[in-house]
This record gives sequence, C-alpha cells and structure tokens, in this order.
Amino acid sequence: MTEAECPRLLSGCRTKYDTVRGNWVLLAPERAIKLDEIGAAILAETDGERSLGGILDALVAKYNAPREQIAGDVVKFLTSLRDRRMLEVT
Amino acid sequence: MDAPAPEGSAGPSPSITYGPPIAMLAEVTHRCPLSCPYCSNPLELTKRDGELPTEIWVDVFRQAAELGVLQMHLSGGEPASRRDLEELISACREYDLYSNLITSGIGLTEKRLAALKERGLDHVQLSLQGVDAEMADLIGGYKGGYSRKMDVAGWTTALDLPLTLNAVVHEKNIDRLPDMIDLAVTMGARRLEVATVQFHGWADRNRAALMPTREQAKLCGQRVAEARERLKGALVIDYVPADHHADYPKPCMGGWGSTGLNVVPDGRVMPCHAAHTIPHLVFENVKDTPLADIWWKSSAFNAYRGFDWMPEPCRSCDRKARDFGGCRCQAMAMAGDAAATDPVCIKSPLHAQMQASAQADAESDGELTYRIMPK
Ligand code: SF4
Ligand code: SF4
Repeated sequence: MTEAECPRLLSGCRTKYDTVRGNWVLLAPERAIKLDEIGAAILAETDGERSLGGILDALVAKYNAPREQIAGDVVKFLTSLRDRRMLEVT
Repeated sequence: MDAPAPEGSAGPSPSITYGPPIAMLAEVTHRCPLSCPYCSNPLELTKRDGELPTEIWVDVFRQAAELGVLQMHLSGGEPASRRDLEELISACREYDLYSNLITSGIGLTEKRLAALKERGLDHVQLSLQGVDAEMADLIGGYKGGYSRKMDVAGWTTALDLPLTLNAVVHEKNIDRLPDMIDLAVTMGARRLEVATVQFHGWADRNRAALMPTREQAKLCGQRVAEARERLKGALVIDYVPADHHADYPKPCMGGWGSTGLNVVPDGRVMPCHAAHTIPHLVFENVKDTPLADIWWKSSAFNAYRGFDWMPEPCRSCDRKARDFGGCRCQAMAMAGDAAATDPVCIKSPLHAQMQASAQADAESDGELTYRIMPK
C-alpha cells in the first residue's frame, strides 16, 4: 500500500458505535469486529476519498505521534482488512 | 435452512459471566420451494398460519437491538417466501442491525433484490446445492433452481451487494470442492462457506447417503487450506470440517447461550438451530416473554451455560474453555443425554462407537430422503 493509494471499505462493511458494549465495531459479512481506539480512529479517517498519506497526516496531527510508528500500525490494520475482503485500495 | 457457520468470535473465559448476544438468527418461515435432504429444520415444520406476523417480528428486532444484537440473519426455510421480507429488512435498518439474507435465491427477482437493497439490506448469503444444474437440482429437489440461483448471484454483485456462497458438502459433492471454489471466484463472491453436513433435523435420515468418508473429509480440508493461501485477498473461505472423523469436537456456538440466539417461525427462542432435538428443554416464546428475559433468565439458555453442568471427563479437562464440551445436540443424538461429553471427543466412552458408525455410514449409500413441507 503506497501513500498515494486510497483505501475504502467495501460495500456491506460499516462501522457503528455499539451502545450496549460501549465500543466501536466494524460490521461486515458474517463478522462483527470490536475496534479498539486506534482501529476506530483509523476507520474514522478512511472515508474513501482520502489517500493513505492523507489519513496518516490526520492521525499524526490528532495523536501527536511519530509518523513512522503510526504508518506501521495503519498499514498493518488496513492490510488485514483487505486480506479479509472488507477493504479495497484504489 | 443450512446450518450456519459459527461466528468467529472468541468464547468467554471461565471466570467471565455471559454477555449479550452478538447475532440473532430469525427463521422467519419454514416454507421453502426446495427440499434439501440435509435441511436442519425440524421434522415437524411450522405451517404458514403458525408463523409470527410482521409486527411481532419487527418488535423482536427492536428488542434484539436493545439487547445488544449486532447482526440479524434472516433465514428459514426460504425467507423470500414471506411477502413482508421488504418490511423486515426495513426494520433491521431502522434499528441499526446488520441484515444478512440467507437464501436459496428462489423467490427473488432482480426488482425485488433491488428493493431490498434500497431498504438497507447489507449482505446476501446464497446457498449452493451443487456446481452444476444436474447436481444442484437433484439435491435441492427443485428443477430450474440452479439457473435461477446463477441469476440471483449476478444481480447481487451488479447491485454491489456483498455475496457469500454457502455450500453444504457431503459424500455426493465434497469431491467437487475445487469447482465450487472456481465458481465462487467466477461469480464474484467475496466469501465462500464450506460446511460439512451436520446430522440434525432432516439430515439425520440421510446419514448413509450423505456421510463423507474419512479420506474425503481429509482431502477437503487440504484443498481448503491450499485455496485460502492461493486466493488470499480475493476470496475468504470459512470452513466447518467434518467432526465425525475428528478427535476433538468443535466449540459449538462458541459456548451454549454465549453469542447467539435463534427465533423459530412460531416465536420460540432457542440457543441454537438444532436445540429442538433436546426434548426436555422448554423454549419460551417472544409472544409471551421479553427477549431479554429469555436470554438472561430462561431455563433453556441457562441449561448448559458455563461449566457447572459438565460431567467428567469434561469437568476436569483443560480443553473445556476451548470447546465447551462440544455440541449438546450431538451428545443428545448419540449418547441419549444432552449433558454428556460430545461423542466426537476422543475422551468420550462412545467415541469408538461413534467413529465406527460414521465409517459404516460413509461406506454405505442410501436413497435420499427429501424434506417434505406440509400443505
Ligand atoms: S430445504 Fe434446503 S434451501 Fe430450503 S430451508 Fe432447507 S436447506 Fe435451506
Ligand atoms: S473431554 Fe470434554 S472438554 Fe475435554 S476435549 Fe473432550 S469434549 Fe472437550
């Protein structure tokens, strides 16, 4: 995944705040994945318009953390979703 | 309906009490144009006039969402046999439930599918009875079913709805797994569920005809592993292996009453789709009791929760938090006691007998007995 590429959740995959359990979840075919704070923050920036670079910029500004470290986490997370057919990169 | 694959969530650890359910299976009707010999519906099918009306289903969906259900699986029978399917999907969207339509495809048209999407349908799970018209229509007992199914698959992907194919594999079709995988890729499915036949409901009458051999089951597992690697990022494959030839049981339902509930057409609520085979359990009905009370308090849901009900060898076994002692319905069927250790387990005194009878069923063949719907 390069910084110019644009990740997007596939149709039928969406996040929602689970009010009963008090956390965010990613709902997808046959799966409900509990999101931790970082996962929820990444997906909140993954709007299908922004490139990976843009997502990283937003997270770096928000969390005031080194870009390299954030990039590692974000790419790992988004790649795992891509492998599970929940996300595409264009 | 076909037995659904267990959710991929982790089960609770021994010290943790149970939380709310993640998923609900709404068996909105037993009516179905097909008559698959492995159908897990009970032998006594509910007739149309015994089904819950629209407004009760809608209210149950509201209660489910409040209770903590995230995913609503609409199944049956064939859910498209209900004329109010559109309204039921709208209700899911209204209560922010993720809706999954588990269908044979019969009863759907391009227009109807588009309308369902318009109302918020999230996902389509299409059952596959075979990889060509001859096999599919033989197993489903419905001529022309296969070609309609191919149409439905095409409409689904054209509408950009995610498509999962669900194939129950058994002695007669398990060797064609590679073709099923190719078909799933060709059809643009994102996911393929390969579930080895389980012998609940109607399937029990077809053990001899459908039980795969140990060799078939082993090859199937190898092929799944190979295809997962090869198709990584293109097709997700969920696999429910044949436990009759295994040494340890599956963690059935991720533990009894821990992750999901099942509402049958007449409104009774069960911990799993085969729980009706356990005769001493009393199932409460959404017509009389709030769903939350049934989940937290009913005797059927509490019967096999946690570990206190377990006899030996499960009670002192270190695997009990992994497999919860296996499947209660299988224990009922083979040991005559739903609290017994699942006979699939190598530690069960019935293990050898179970394997011998599975092997005998695998080697023999029988006529298919089809599911019959009362008029
Ligand atoms: S007959 Fe076949 S398609 Fe119909 S509900 Fe049973 S398994 Fe599903
Ligand atoms: S003895 Fe019971 S808990 Fe242990 S592996 Fe067998 S079924 Fe599972």
